[in-house]
Order: sequence, then C-alpha cells, then structure tokens
Amino acid sequence: MNLDFSDEQKQLRDQVRRFLKENCPPAAVRAILEGDDQYDAKLYQGLADLGVLGAAIPEEYGGVGLGHLELCVVAEELGRVLAPVPVASTVYLGAECLMQAGSEDQKQEWLPKISAGEAIGCWAISEGTGRMKPAKVALTFDGKTVSGTKAPITDGGIADFAIVLANEGSDLSLCLVDLSGSGVSRETLDSIDPTRGQVKLTFEGTPATRIGSAGDGWHIATQVMDRAAILIGFEQLGGADRALEIGRDYALERMAFGRQIGSFQAIKHMLADMYVSATLARSNCYYGAWALSSSAAELPIAAATARVSATNAFQHCAKNNIQVHGGMGFTWAFDCHLYYRRSNALALTIGSLSTWESLLIERMSAGNVEAAA
Amino acid sequence: MDFNDTPQEAEFRKEVRSWLDANAPKHLEAELKRASFGSNGLESEDPIKASKAWQKKKAEAGWACLHWPKEYGGGARSAMERVIWSQEEGPYSVLSGLFTIGHGMCGPTVMEWANEEWKERLLPPLASGEEVWCQLFSEPASGSDLAGLRTKAVKADDGSGDWIINGQKIWTSGAQNSDWGLLITRTDPDVPKHKGLTMFFLRMDSPGVKVVPIKQANGASGFNEVYFDDVRIPDDQRLGDVGNGWKVSLTTLMNERLSIGSGMSTGFPELFKFCMDMEIDGEAATADSGVRSKLAQFAVKQSGLKYTGMRAISALSKGETPGPENSIGKLVAGATMQELAMYALDLQGEAGVVWDEDSPQNGRFQAMLMRSPATRIEGGSDEILRNIIGERVLGLPGDIRVDKDVPFKEIPTSGKAKA
Repeated sequence: MNLDFSDEQKQLRDQVRRFLKENCPPAAVRAILEGDDQYDAKLYQGLADLGVLGAAIPEEYGGVGLGHLELCVVAEELGRVLAPVPVASTVYLGAECLMQAGSEDQKQEWLPKISAGEAIGCWAISEGTGRMKPAKVALTFDGKTVSGTKAPITDGGIADFAIVLANEGSDLSLCLVDLSGSGVSRETLDSIDPTRGQVKLTFEGTPATRIGSAGDGWHIATQVMDRAAILIGFEQLGGADRALEIGRDYALERMAFGRQIGSFQAIKHMLADMYVSATLARSNCYYGAWALSSSAAELPIAAATARVSATNAFQHCAKNNIQVHGGMGFTWAFDCHLYYRRSNALALTIGSLSTWESLLIERMSAGNVEAAA
Repeated sequence: MDFNDTPQEAEFRKEVRSWLDANAPKHLEAELKRASFGSNGLESEDPIKASKAWQKKKAEAGWACLHWPKEYGGGARSAMERVIWSQEEGPYSVLSGLFTIGHGMCGPTVMEWANEEWKERLLPPLASGEEVWCQLFSEPASGSDLAGLRTKAVKADDGSGDWIINGQKIWTSGAQNSDWGLLITRTDPDVPKHKGLTMFFLRMDSPGVKVVPIKQANGASGFNEVYFDDVRIPDDQRLGDVGNGWKVSLTTLMNERLSIGSGMSTGFPELFKFCMDMEIDGEAATADSGVRSKLAQFAVKQSGLKYTGMRAISALSKGETPGPENSIGKLVAGATMQELAMYALDLQGEAGVVWDEDSPQNGRFQAMLMRSPATRIEGGSDEILRNIIGERVLGLPGDIRVDKDVPFKEIPTSGKAKA
C-alpha cells in the first residue's frame, strides 16, 4: 500500500514551493486585489517556464508529460499562496477537457499554447443564479456559432478561449470558442474574491467548434469537473493548511492576559479542530489523487469526497484563522481576509458544496453499499 | 499511489488467511459480526471462555501479541504485519476485547519496568490469554487530571517492606474478569502531585480488593469501581522507583491512545444502508437533498479516517514512522458517531424513541446514541485529545498549571475551591 507521493513528487513540491515563495508573496496577491490587473502575468509565465502548466500534458502536445499526481502536488502549492493566476480555468478544466474529449485539431491548436503559458482558458458553464443543471442552459450552438450569455465566468476577462456548454437542438453540447472571434463581449463583475476575476461573457454569432459528440456536452462536462474537483481540492487543501499555519503562528506570537493566546484552550482547541479538518481533507484528497492518476472506476465518488472534504477544510480554517486573530484578523492589512475570500470563492466554483454533497450520495447510492465502508 | 501489497506483504497475508481459514471459530462468526456497543454479542457460548479459547489457539500457533518479543510469548512481527493480521482477523478480533488492556497497556508497562523474573512469570500467560489484566488508574476525583489521584500506599509498619493500599479506583474495564491489576498510587502527599506517585501490580484476588460493577448511563455495566481496604502488596511488585510512578504510567498511557485510536467506527456504513432501505414521501431517503447533505458530511469523515489510516499504513509499509495524523481518529469517530446516531433517530421520526428488537437494525442506532457519550470521554476525552493535538502536533504552549509546584496535600479539591 502506498497512499503517498513519491520522493520525486515531493522534490517537485519543494521546488514549486521555493519558486512561489520568491515569486508569489502575499504582496503579489494583494497587488491583484487592489490593482487593475486581473492576474499576475509574470508569475503565470514563470509557472509555464517551470513546466508546471504542462505537467500533465503529453509531450506530443508540447507538455512535460509527467502526470496528474504531479499536477496535484502543484495545485496544493498554488493553493497555499493563493496564487492569482488562471491555472484552474486553463489547465484543470481547459486542458483536461481537451485531453479527455477534444479533436486532434483542437488539441494541436491549444494544448501547446496552454503549456507555454500563451493561451488562457475559461470554463463557461454557469448561467446566473441557482445550482448548475442542464435545464438552466439557454445559450445555443447552431453547429457553427454560439449565441447567449454565460456568467459568472472565472478568468473570462483574460481568457483566449472558452469552453462553453450550449443547447444544440434539444441536447447539450460542449463547444470550444476562440475569444478573439467576432461577437464576444465581456463585462467585469465585482466579486467576493477579486484576486480571481469574474466576468459576464456574451456571444452573438461567435464562431465555435464542438468538443466531442453532439448531445454529449453534459456528460463530458461532468467528467471534466470531476477531474478538476480533485485538483481544486488540492488547492483548497493547500489554502487550509496555510490558514492553519498562519493562525497557529499568530497564537504563538500574540500575548493577552499576560500569556500567549495559544495557551488558552478556547484558542488551542479551535486550532486543533482546524488541524482535524485539514487532515481529513488531506487523506480524502490523496484518495482523489489516486483515483485521478489511475482513472479508477471510483473516480466520481473519490472526486466528490475530496471536493466536499477540501471545501469544508478550507472554509473552516480560513474563517477560524480570522477568529484566532481577533479584531486584527478583520483588518485589510492582515492577510486573513485573502484566505477567507478565496476559501469562499473556491467553495462555489464548478458547483457549490451542496451540489457536491448531493452528487456524492447520488453516486454512492447508484454504486453499491460497499462504497460506504 | 496504489493500494496493493508488496510481494512480501501479499505472502504474509496469504499465510494469515490460510491459518485463519483452518483455525478461526467460524461457528461464532455471524454472532460476532452483530457485536454491539459494549459487549461482544455472544450468547451461544460463554464470552469469556470463547475469548480465552481463541487467544490460546492463537498463542500456540505464534499469532498472539504480535508486537511482543517471542521470549515473552509474542510474535515479534513488524508493524506492517500487525496491520495485515488485524485486517484479516476481522470479526474474530472482537474476541480479543478481553485482552486489549492487558496486551496493549499493562504488558508493555511490565515489559519496560519489571525485573526479568517477573517478566518471565507474568508475560507469557498474559500473551496466551490464561491470565487477564486490568488497569487501575482513574479515580472518582481524578480523570483527565490523573496525577491528582488519591489512593494511598504506605509502608507497612511491621518491617516486611510490604505496602498497604487504601482508596478507590473507577472506570476499570474488565476488573471482574481480571487476575492481575496495574495500580498507580500516591506514596507521598508532601511533594507536588506528579512526584509522589508509585506504580504496583497486584493479584485481583488479594484480600481487601472489592470489585463493584458501575451501572452506566446507558444501562449497561462494562466498567467497575474497585475498592482497596488495607490491601497488602509485597515491595517486589513495585514497578519503577518509589515516586517515579508518573513516568511509569506514561508507558501505559502512550500505548492506550495507540490501541484505542486505530480503526474506529463512525457508524456510517450502517446509516447509509438504513437510508438506502428507507423511503421519504415515496422516494428513497438518499434522494432527499437534506438527507444527502447530512450523509455526505458523515461520508467524508468516514472516508477521511479510512484514508488517514491508509496513509499511516503506507508509512509503515515503507519502514517509516507514521506522522501525527492518526491522533485525530478517536476525536473524529466519537463525535461523528454521536451526531450520526441522533440523525438516524431523527429519520425514524417519533418512532426513533423506541429502542427494541423491532427498531431499525435491531436498535443499533439507539444503542450507538446511548453508548457514544462514553467514546468521547474514555481513553482521553475530546478536550484532552485537542490539547494533545494543539500542544504536541501544532506546538502550542501548555496550560498554565497552578498546582505544578504545590505540595499535593495543599491543592484545592472539589467543593473546597478557594473563592
């Protein structure tokens, strides 16, 4: 039994962590929060140069050809530092979708650019308020062009291509849209986490090509989101761990009533519970990583498990990190709110917590009772 | 990443399986699988006899106390081999409940602190199940604050060197079935509490020892009070130096948390099955969105514990020491089971109040509900476990101990707190 990363994968983790320490300090995240840029372009190019974006993309498409375990390791590190870059949109969702279901032409055109950091993608599924489901899709695909509106779309403001869920006749299809095409307009949306931009994307007769077969859109999108859920779970895990560390460090440093606040059980137990959440999430994410890297039959259950557990952990650690800090945790100057923002934004992306809770039990029920043991 | 055995592990598993297949008491399997909370569920046979018979059989074939050295009746197996054994022993491991404290806690303490003569006398019959041990630590006035214990040991004034014991212990599992007890006492009330303790072992049939079952909050009686009335213990049954009992007890307690924390159930598989079989408004309960959210939260705890265990096993398999992550086991399992049991009753509606053989799964959830408060306390309460995680894993400072340098006899006791 080996439910752990290999020594080489741990070396990769150390390498990425060093790189991010240098290139993505809290000030870099704050620059995106407070400035006009929607992402850190220099950091993103650095990640491309490091081979991180193409880690799981085969060499024949310009990638590094490592694998998904390596991508999990990278995701955890990006999550720890709240990297303000469109990796989830472009790699976990965009590249994964093309690798799973794209045509040879689509792969040839986009995967090398993704790997090199030259193309940013966005995952355009949502259409407004309410849980994501097939009946909510109004945008249409006529075989050549798409028309309609998608919102909110993470990284839609900076993306070069979009993967769009559309009605094709009476069925749903997934389409690839080059956003330099005609009839595309983007409207920036304010959000709880401005370190990852959100937009409303409108298409009016914009040229598009289908990904996979007609009517297969929801099926493919579900498969892609399952895979992405594990990778985003690792980002959440990294964020949870870091929020716990920040809280722990503050509890050691801050004095009140003549002693370190971490010596009070009210604080100590809160931090212990954060450790418990983060540990459960780590174990569940490793299960997800195993399923992702081996394309196991349990992948849908493992994905929902990792996703629910990691969402719990990041939200729990980020909100209690503020609580440990007391009033200082609610200042703009401290970084606690950066973690709080990201934890809540990630809890909503590619389907909210309650959506994944529901999926987990639906899948366990459809599978077998063995899955519960 | 994979969940496969190494070739050596697979070979060992095969050996275990074939021995179990030929030797396990299969006629008890169905009954043991139904084992409920706080009993091994045996009715067709005397549970003590069945436990001792299985242990003897294991000992004769070298499968007893796998973590002990062979010279004391153990199996001298690696940590990984122990894991494989316990996975394979499955329902029959319920029969080992009688020996858990002896093998897991008392034995290791004797092994570390007793002289060679005593080790040769005590350990082999403990390993083979001929003799049963209990642990006499907690007292009515000292639970989490174990070092505040008050059972007195004083030197007999007849020059024999013997010790005379007076006092009371509580929460002693299996005292009524035990041949020996591991006993911690106060020998010096004039020094701070941790410094005045001394450890002994004694025959449970010694004159002056009285075992009284405690009727628990759930109506069952798995624990006892043990009273000591001028009980005489020879000095050569002392473990460690006089005044060194706290250090000796740490050997026992370190082993306690290890044995209790592993492989704990949350009750989720049972709840999931219950929900699969149940309908709400003509549809399966698992189709209800409220039920799904609740179940999903229980599911990720169950699965998180399962894979946390597998991460620890992965470390063992590589010959490494597992990290501190297993310290979450009992903390998560106990609280989850309590909440889960309450939810199972909620789903039963008003009928959830009924606890009889017609209740779903023979009243398993009612039994869980009524037993789970104890899980959150025994072997280190939730609060003590959070202190351990906070201090030993996260490196937070310990509590300020106001009684640290105070002679024991001057420490305020319950009902006599200073205003």
